[in-house]
Amino acid sequence: MNSPEDKHPFILTRLDQAITWAQKNSLWPLGSGLACCAIEMIATAAARFDIARFGMELFRASPRQADLFIVAGTLTRKMAPIVRRLWEQMPDPKWVVAMGNCAVGGGPFPTYSVVQGVDRVIPVDVYIAGCPPSPQGLLHGLMILQKKISLSHPTKDIGLRHAR
Amino acid sequence: MLDDLKDAPALKRVEESLRRRFGAALLAASFEKGELQFEAARETLSGVLEFLKTGLGFESLTDMIGLDLVASRPEGAGRFAVLYQLYKFPEALRVRLRVAVDDGEALPSVTPLFRAADWMEREVFDMFGIRFEGHPGLTRIYLPDEFEGFPLRKDFPLEGRERGL
Amino acid sequence: MAFKTIDLNMGPQHPSTHGVLRLRLAVDNELVLRVEPVLGYLHRGMEKLWESQTYVQAVPLTDRLDYLASLSNNLAYILAVEKLMGLEVPKRAQYIRVILAELQRLASHLAWLGFMANDIGAMSVLLYGFEAREGVLDVFEAYSGGRLTVHGMRIGGVPFDLDERVIGLVRRALDEIPRKVADIEGLLSQNRIWLHRTEGIGVLSAADAVAYGVTGPALRASGVAWDIRRDVPYSSYGDFDFAVPVFGHGDVYDRYLVRVEEIRQSLRIAGQALENLPPGDFRARVPRVLKIPPGEIFHSIEAPKGELGFYIRSDGSDKPERVKMRSPSFLNLQALELMCKENLFSDVVGILGSLDVVLGEVDK
Repeated sequence: MNSPEDKHPFILTRLDQAITWAQKNSLWPLGSGLACCAIEMIATAAARFDIARFGMELFRASPRQADLFIVAGTLTRKMAPIVRRLWEQMPDPKWVVAMGNCAVGGGPFPTYSVVQGVDRVIPVDVYIAGCPPSPQGLLHGLMILQKKISLSHPTKDIGLRHAR
Repeated sequence: MLDDLKDAPALKRVEESLRRRFGAALLAASFEKGELQFEAARETLSGVLEFLKTGLGFESLTDMIGLDLVASRPEGAGRFAVLYQLYKFPEALRVRLRVAVDDGEALPSVTPLFRAADWMEREVFDMFGIRFEGHPGLTRIYLPDEFEGFPLRKDFPLEGRERGL
Repeated sequence: MAFKTIDLNMGPQHPSTHGVLRLRLAVDNELVLRVEPVLGYLHRGMEKLWESQTYVQAVPLTDRLDYLASLSNNLAYILAVEKLMGLEVPKRAQYIRVILAELQRLASHLAWLGFMANDIGAMSVLLYGFEAREGVLDVFEAYSGGRLTVHGMRIGGVPFDLDERVIGLVRRALDEIPRKVADIEGLLSQNRIWLHRTEGIGVLSAADAVAYGVTGPALRASGVAWDIRRDVPYSSYGDFDFAVPVFGHGDVYDRYLVRVEEIRQSLRIAGQALENLPPGDFRARVPRVLKIPPGEIFHSIEAPKGELGFYIRSDGSDKPERVKMRSPSFLNLQALELMCKENLFSDVVGILGSLDVVLGEVDK
């Protein structure tokens, strides 16, 4: 088994590219929206902005079948354990996008009941600012996520996991 | 802007009916910006609302509003006030009843008269800590049950008291 | 072998709860015995926040209450502030507000139609409804830059005048929406499956509706002829000719019919306002630092969800002492248990959809 410091073998980098190509073009978001941003997320999935061209039209009701969690809206303290549980139920590999100012950092609500950013509860891959971000903004953020996925090395991660 | 009750004959009749029925128990009545508001004591609250509903036809409770007057109340008055906004459909009449209640005192629940008051009273309890006797299930409605404090009281900070998240 | 009743949890993560609503249900096989909504998963503390912000700063926060009809929230709050100030708003501004508010009603009802049909299973109507709604959002985006949280009204009037481009987009929306709504109606109104799933389901009597404080389309579907635009007119609604649809069965189908008819009436009102737009200012002069002398006021409007009201108490400073929002969705939701009793468990989603609740408004 190669140690992580060695250069990754050629065949595995090609395999990485193939795997990440498949992953980034078929992300299945969890059908979960918290507040106003969820409406713009649905508008992005509707006919005009058509999230299906990115392969993401299949919003799953169950977290067990989803690999992308778009946290769209304000996270309150009451809802925080539930968001944590949903994220834990999603199988690896999974990604999280914080959509909107409330998910990024509490938004316009510095109050007694709002969590100031969803990254206090779950790890976030991409932050999209806006109140709400327009569908174009959400799609831009998702394209950044796709770029991030294409730069990752799934075979290396699998190797590390077995080595532990 | 209507500021004189004689310009609103229907509301003037409402005020006169209340005075005839309750006399001195009707503590104050004011008419400003087209709105009739009067004040009643805690003990007469149910009676006044009953009369407004069945005697004068104000069948709809539009809203219940809690107020924390700790900064602005006159000496000796109760800390809180609860406002009952009532409605009479056919004539589009509105009337507001105000009741003063102090910290630790309770108000009678008006859910037997107005079913809509169920959640309204739970909200006032959740935000101010005012209790309503006879309510079918007085628990918090927005905040988790284990939350400590009453957010809309003026001495509760905006960011809350808990650290952590 | 005896079976007990089952306690079921629905939400707050659920495809059909229209937001983070949690329902605790007790069911006997398929029959619903009890429904208890658990709220607060979106409670953001708006009323507390309003007390520490100026009257002007509070306006964009109101957009986030009923986020499917943000201009209605703006209008309700601003009208209450103006009534408290005793401020006269120019006629042109009032007409522009009517156009914006009715377009917002269209957007809200079209989104509702999409969600409701999707919940019952007619998934293509979701796409048709949202496509029709995009025409209205084009107007908002051209007017103030915001599609969803528009912030298209200010204390004293509106932020901008209607220029040629915006008027052109309004005309286009008013021309195209009738055909799109007719398409949707053709799919649903006489559809046997739709009728089977909505007629006689979730009945709310007129007496119960009034007792529970239900307002808006649900109240009119139960037979109570009450519409604040007609009965307590605000912002020049008295100048326009429109009908108020009232039906009598109080079931899910009637609530659907009321809203579809309201779409048609909103098109009428917006068209009349646009044709008769008076000249003049689009905003009254308001002091830069807005302080309101001590007083209190309650004012409500007919928002797409029902009676949306604001109680404001001023203390002479530039910040309100208390702002209380009378939330139509909050009180409509209270009647959910009554409507779901003695119905099948699988109808709960349809009944909840027909109430048209928005959690931002329920939870503040």
